Amino acid sequence: MSEIDPGAVALEAADQISQPAAEREVGRRRLRKEDARLVTGQTNWTDNIQFPGMVHMAVLRSPMAHARITRIDVSAALERPGVLAAYSGRDLADEQGALPCAWPVTPDMKHPNHPPLAVDEVRYVGDGVAVVVARDRYAAADALDAIEVDYEPLPAVVDMERALKDEVLVHSELGTNRCFTWPFAGGDYDAAKAKADVVVTRRFLQQRLIPTAMEPRSVVVAPIAAAGEYTVYSATQIPHILRLMLAMVTGTPEHKIRVIAPDVGGGFGSKLNVYAEEVLALVVAKRLGQPVKWTETRSEGYQATIHGRDQIQDIEVAAKSDGTLLGLKVDLMADMGAYLQLVTPGVPLLGAFMFNAIYKMEGYSFTCHGVFTTKTPTDAYRGAGRPEATFAVERIMDELAAELGMDPMELRRKNWIQHDEFPYTTIAGLTYDSGNYEAATAKAMELFDYDGLRREQEKRRADNDPVQLGIGISTFTEMCGLAPSRVLGSLSYGAGGWEAAAIRMLPTGKVEVVTGTAPHGQGHVTAWSQIAADALGVPFEDVEVIHSDTRAAPQGMDTYGSRSLVVGGVAVHLACQKVLDKAKRVAAHLLEASEGDVEFAGGSFTVKGSPDAKLSIQEVALATFASHNFPEGMEPTLNSDYVMDPENFSFPHGTHLCATEVDTETGFVKIRKYVAVDDVGKVINPIIVEGQVHGGLAQGIAQALYEEALYDADGNLTTGTLVDYYVPTAADLPRFTTDRTETPATSNPLGVKGVGEAGTIASTPAVVNAVVDALRPRGVVDVPMPCSPEHVWRALQQGGAK
Amino acid sequence: MTRIRTTVDGVRYEDEVEPRLLLVHYLRDRLGRTGTPVGCDTSNCGACTVHLNGSAVRSCTVLAVQADGAEVTTIQGLASNGEWHPVQKAFHERHALQCGYCTPGMIMAAVDLLKDNPTPSEDEVREGLEGNLCRCTGYQNIVDAVLQASGQKEGVSP
Repeated sequence: MSEIDPGAVALEAADQISQPAAEREVGRRRLRKEDARLVTGQTNWTDNIQFPGMVHMAVLRSPMAHARITRIDVSAALERPGVLAAYSGRDLADEQGALPCAWPVTPDMKHPNHPPLAVDEVRYVGDGVAVVVARDRYAAADALDAIEVDYEPLPAVVDMERALKDEVLVHSELGTNRCFTWPFAGGDYDAAKAKADVVVTRRFLQQRLIPTAMEPRSVVVAPIAAAGEYTVYSATQIPHILRLMLAMVTGTPEHKIRVIAPDVGGGFGSKLNVYAEEVLALVVAKRLGQPVKWTETRSEGYQATIHGRDQIQDIEVAAKSDGTLLGLKVDLMADMGAYLQLVTPGVPLLGAFMFNAIYKMEGYSFTCHGVFTTKTPTDAYRGAGRPEATFAVERIMDELAAELGMDPMELRRKNWIQHDEFPYTTIAGLTYDSGNYEAATAKAMELFDYDGLRREQEKRRADNDPVQLGIGISTFTEMCGLAPSRVLGSLSYGAGGWEAAAIRMLPTGKVEVVTGTAPHGQGHVTAWSQIAADALGVPFEDVEVIHSDTRAAPQGMDTYGSRSLVVGGVAVHLACQKVLDKAKRVAAHLLEASEGDVEFAGGSFTVKGSPDAKLSIQEVALATFASHNFPEGMEPTLNSDYVMDPENFSFPHGTHLCATEVDTETGFVKIRKYVAVDDVGKVINPIIVEGQVHGGLAQGIAQALYEEALYDADGNLTTGTLVDYYVPTAADLPRFTTDRTETPATSNPLGVKGVGEAGTIASTPAVVNAVVDALRPRGVVDVPMPCSPEHVWRALQQGGAK
Repeated sequence: MTRIRTTVDGVRYEDEVEPRLLLVHYLRDRLGRTGTPVGCDTSNCGACTVHLNGSAVRSCTVLAVQADGAEVTTIQGLASNGEWHPVQKAFHERHALQCGYCTPGMIMAAVDLLKDNPTPSEDEVREGLEGNLCRCTGYQNIVDAVLQASGQKEGVSP
C-alpha cells in the first residue's frame, strides 16, 4: 500500500471547496435533485436488477376464497424446461415462519398464524400455495400450470356483519371472526346526549380501496450462501423495519441481512408491509444459493398486496338547537381481511383520535370491532384511519347543519377550536399545539367565491335545472409525524416512532446527509438538502442525501404517516446543530479564541471583536480532516448524528371547498371547482408541498367518485385488474386551486407539520358533501361512495328514503 | 424462436426471440433498456409507452416480433447530444413527477401528443394523456408541463 500524503490530499480537496450559499434555502422553490434520472430512464427499480445466475420466482395462488388443501403436488412443474425448483407451503413449513403483525391492539386480540404460503387452508383468493423457480419469468409463469392442487371448498364470508355472527369462521381455531373490540371514550357521551335537542345518526360506508402504486411490488434476494449473507432489494417503504422483520421471521441473523430499497415507485401505505414474497424469496435464495427475483403482475398485486379502508361507520352526533355540539358516538366495524398484516388492526384506531376533528364537545364515545373476512388483508392506505374519521365527522356535520337549517360553514365555525385557544386538549386527549381554522377558511372562502356559488345554486334549484350545483366543505385536521414513542407504547405498537439522521462532513466541505427515512416519490433528497444547506451554511448543490440502504443508512423507522419531514427532517436539522457544536470547538482552536467568543452565521465562524478572524465551515472541515495540531481530547471529526423522538404529533389542517355539478338525469358528477387551503406549518419547498397536495386530492377524489374494490358472494375480487378498478385519469380530474396559510407547529424547531396525506384526508368528504348538497332538495341525504352515476341515480330514485 | 432485427435508441440489434415475448420484456430483460417500466398487465396504465417508428405504443401490447424491422425509441433515447427533450425539461421544471414510475411513459406519450397537436388546449392534453395513469401528481403539473413544452405556458424559475 502506498503512502498517502495527507497534506497533498488536503490541498487537492481544498480546490473543490465551494462558496457558501447566499440565500436561505428553506422555503425556496427548488427543483428536485431526484428528477434527472427519473426523466431520462436511468432508474434503478427493483425489477431492473439483474445478477448473473438470477432466477425468477412465481407464486401459485388460491382461486378460492376459502378451502382446505387436500393434496398438492409440485412434481410436474419440475419437469418443465428451465425450472430449478418448486415448493408447496408444506415443503417450506419449517423455514418460512409467519408473517408479522406489529400491533396487537388489545391483550386478547385474535392473531391468527399467517404462513407466507398456506399449508392446510387458504383464506382468500390470492393466498399463496406454492412457488416455482425458473430461469426466466415466462418459464416460471408457465410452470405454475403444472402444479396440481386439490381443494375442498369451505364457505366464504365477505360481509362484516355476517362475519360477526360467527356462522362461517375464517379461522376455525380462533372460534370467532371478531379480531378485537377496542373501546375508547373522552368525557361522558351519554350525559352530553341527554342535554341534546337534536341527535342525528348515519351509517357511512368506507368502501374497500386498492392503493395502486404505479410500480408493482418486486423483490430480489442476492445471497452469498457460503457466508450466510443476504442482500435484499425490495420495492418497500420500510427497508429498516423489513430487515428486522426478515431476521425475526426467518431466523437469519439481523446483521447478515442488508436491505436496500432502490428507486421505489410510490407506496401510499401498500409498501409499508412485510410480505409473503419477501420472506419466500429469502427462503428460496437460501435454499438455492442463487439470486432470486419476484415481481408481481398488476392483477396479481390486486390480490396479493394489501387493500385499504373498508369500514362500516355508525355515527351519532348530539347538539343543541343553536348548533352547539355536545357529543359524538362512533361505532366501527373494520374489515381486517383474512389475516393481520404489519399494522392491520391499528389502522382504524388511528382514527379514534381524529373523529372529533377540530371541534369542541363534551362527550365522545368510540368503539371499533376488527373483523376477519375471506378477503385480501387490509392495512394502511394513504391517511390510514384518519381519512375515515375525517369523512365521517365532516359528513355528519353537513347532515347536522341540514337538520338544524344552518349553513354548514356557520355550524363548523360555531364549534371549532378558536385560534386563541391553542394549545388545546381535545375530547380525545390529544393536545393540538397550534392552528388557525379561521384564517384558512377565510382564504378558502374568498378563493372559492362561496357566496357567488351559493347564489348560483339557489338559481339552479329555483329553475329546476337538471344539472344541480352542490357545495361541499371539509374543515379538516389530521395527526402527523408518527409518532412519539411513548404514545406508540401506550397503544401497544411494537416499535418506537423516532427517526435518525447523520451528517458526514467530507474533507472538501461537501456534506452527506444520512437519513432513516425511505423516500419513494416525496423528494426527501431535495428537501433534506435544503434543511442541511441552511443549517450548515453550505450550498444546496454540495449536499448529498443517502437513504434506504441498511448498510449505508443503518438506522431508521422509514417513511409513512406523514412522518418523514416532521421527524426525519427535524432529525437532520438537529444533527446539523451537533456538527456546528463540534465545528465551533475546532474553529475556536484554530482561531485561537475561546469557544464562547466564536459565532456562526452564513457558513462562517467568526470571533467577537476580531473581524479578520474568520473560517468557513468548509475550511474547518478540511482542517478537521488533517487534524494536525489538534489538542488532546479533540475528536478529529465533525460527523454527528441525532435520533429524534417527537414530543407530540403535528396537526396540519385546512379548509377544502368543492363545487360539483350533478346531472340528475344521468347521475354524472363533475367537479366544477376545488379549492384547498392547507396549513402545513413552515414549508421547506413549496413545489413539493403543492405536488403532495395535488396527488393527495386526486386520491381522495378517487375514493369519493371512482374507486371501489368489489367482491362477489363467493369471495372473488371482481375488480381484479386495472380494467375493472377505475383509477382516475387526467381527463377525470379538475384543475385544483391550492393555497396555504402558515401557522408554525410549536412542537419542533422547524415549525413543520407534514403534508403527505392532507389532500387525501380532506378531499373525500368535501366532494361527497358537495354531491349530497346538490341533491338534498330532492330528498337525498347520502350517496354511498364512490358517487358513480349508478350510485347517484339510485340515491335519486330512493330520494327521501332516509 | 424467431429472428428479429430492431433499432433501439439508435443501436441495431439482431436476436432470436420467442414469438410470445413482449416488446417491453425484450427491451428490459434482453437489451437491458430498463428505463421503460411495466405498470400493469392489461394495457391500462401506459407506463411502458415507447415510440415504434415514431408513434407511441404500449410496449406491453406489442410482441417483440412485431417490432422486427422497426425503430424503437425509449425514454433513454429521447435526449439528443446530451440535451434533454423539451418535454423532459418541462417535466422537471413543472415538478410533473414524484415517484417517477409513470414518467417515461407519460413523457413518451406527451411527445407523441405534441407531434400530432403542437398547440393543444388544456382539455386536449388531459384527454390526450388519458391512457397514462399517474398515482402521485394528480396530473395538474403534468398538464402544465406539456403546455409549457408546447410553448403555451411559461416555465418556472427555480
